[in-house]
Amino acid sequence: MGNKKKSSALQQIPANAWIVISVVTAFLLWILIASTEAGGVIFAEPWEVFGKLVAKLQDGTLWPHIYISLFRVIVGFLCGFVASIPVAFLMGWYEPIRNLVAPWIQFVRNIPPLAYIPLVIAGAGVGEEAKIIVIFIASFLVLVVTIYQGVCNVDVTLIKAARVLGATDKDIFFKVVIPASTPFILVGARLGLSTSLTTLIAAELTGSSKGLGMMIQKAQGYYDMATVLMGILIIGIIGLTFEQIVRFLERKLTGWQETMQR
Amino acid sequence: MAGNDAKVKVKIDNVVKKYSSSKGEMVALNGVNLEIKENEFICVVGPSGCGKSTLLNIIAGLLEPTSGNVYVDGKAVDGPGPERGVVFQQYALFPWLTVLKNVEFGLNLKGIKGEQATAEAMKYLKMVDLEQFANSYPKELSGGMKQRVAIARAYAVNPEVLLMDEPFGALDAQTRTQLQTELLQTWQKEKKTCFFITHDVEEAIILAQKVIIMSARPGRIKKIVDINIPYPRDQETKNTLPFLDLKTYIWSQVYQEYLEVRK
Repeated sequence: MGNKKKSSALQQIPANAWIVISVVTAFLLWILIASTEAGGVIFAEPWEVFGKLVAKLQDGTLWPHIYISLFRVIVGFLCGFVASIPVAFLMGWYEPIRNLVAPWIQFVRNIPPLAYIPLVIAGAGVGEEAKIIVIFIASFLVLVVTIYQGVCNVDVTLIKAARVLGATDKDIFFKVVIPASTPFILVGARLGLSTSLTTLIAAELTGSSKGLGMMIQKAQGYYDMATVLMGILIIGIIGLTFEQIVRFLERKLTGWQETMQR
Repeated sequence: MAGNDAKVKVKIDNVVKKYSSSKGEMVALNGVNLEIKENEFICVVGPSGCGKSTLLNIIAGLLEPTSGNVYVDGKAVDGPGPERGVVFQQYALFPWLTVLKNVEFGLNLKGIKGEQATAEAMKYLKMVDLEQFANSYPKELSGGMKQRVAIARAYAVNPEVLLMDEPFGALDAQTRTQLQTELLQTWQKEKKTCFFITHDVEEAIILAQKVIIMSARPGRIKKIVDINIPYPRDQETKNTLPFLDLKTYIWSQVYQEYLEVRK
């Protein structure tokens, strides 16, 4: 990578080791901040947080929060995913639909989901549906915009090449447009999942009986910063896990792409 | 060499193509007439903007002429079809398919599937000497290899006419001469009617039986030059006197058109 022939010691550290170094440094910083007077008020010590985690895992009060939050994120996201694909392809394929729908999407896209939560609650009540609908809307918008980009970016020459080999419109859709858009669908999935997660926590903070967002909210009332930090860590880990799953799918499904990496 | 009594494979009958834009109407092709005989190898040269690609796209059925018609074996062209194979400058391989699956693509659309398709595709991969790359993805191949796959893919569906749109334009000089030689060998074996567009005069002369020189704006056929150099030709042919004479002549004709365009 470097221009210099002699790479420095820092450049020779392998990528895996960097992950360890990064995590360890974060923990050291955490301990350092927690040990100061001002920082100690906000940050509980790491072992205190882990103690909390172990205790809550043992008495079984943590799992329901994780389950319900994951359930909402995944169902909301999947609904958004399933709905976004036909909409994005129709927008890419038919100009009237594009002209009609694109302004709506551009408009709603910039509104934070929290702003329309009152509308959703008024329409769907305060139950599970409301939360899932909010996540559905948020992930749907991100997915549509990304996948639509992909459909627009399909190389026209590939469509021509398929046509001259005898492909019908249906062949072109299934054998050219869909595979060519797969990388964008997966990028959309990654962005959509992360949007779902952030939206969920925001939605749960506004009122809920269970869920990670609610758990954080309740702990705040007792000034239980260890539980707040634990909740944040779990959400972060869930986010990283989602990302790794999508990355795995990307490697499996879009390994054919010409990339700049390596 | 195809004699004058050979059957007419493609007939281009008074083809006009106009594009209208905000700046007004642009005439890309202004009444092009041409007959391509069976097994003939025709090269089209001309400055960029002379409509040679437009003409190829019209024969392929990817563009519709404003007026006039193209007939293949007496039948008017209406949309693209596998009897007219196209090789594009940008290779246009499907990057998500292996080399073998790329060649099988057109066969599958014809209803040839499974082992039969694989056997047929392998035959053409062997023809372009790439059978050992059957399971590679296009990203693992060099430009020259990609274009050889594209040629195999076009041949595999057994088209009546092969249309080639500056297929070697993006390749380095060495690869280009190598592919020219290979294409000549294939053509002599398979005797497929070839309509080949290039801006490289040497390439046109070494390959073709007839070189069509197009004039620019509006695009028309300016001259048809018979290349009376016997086959088999190879890269040595480029040093012979007849070749050099033809090159000087055709080049000066094209250069005049180039000057016209710059005006």
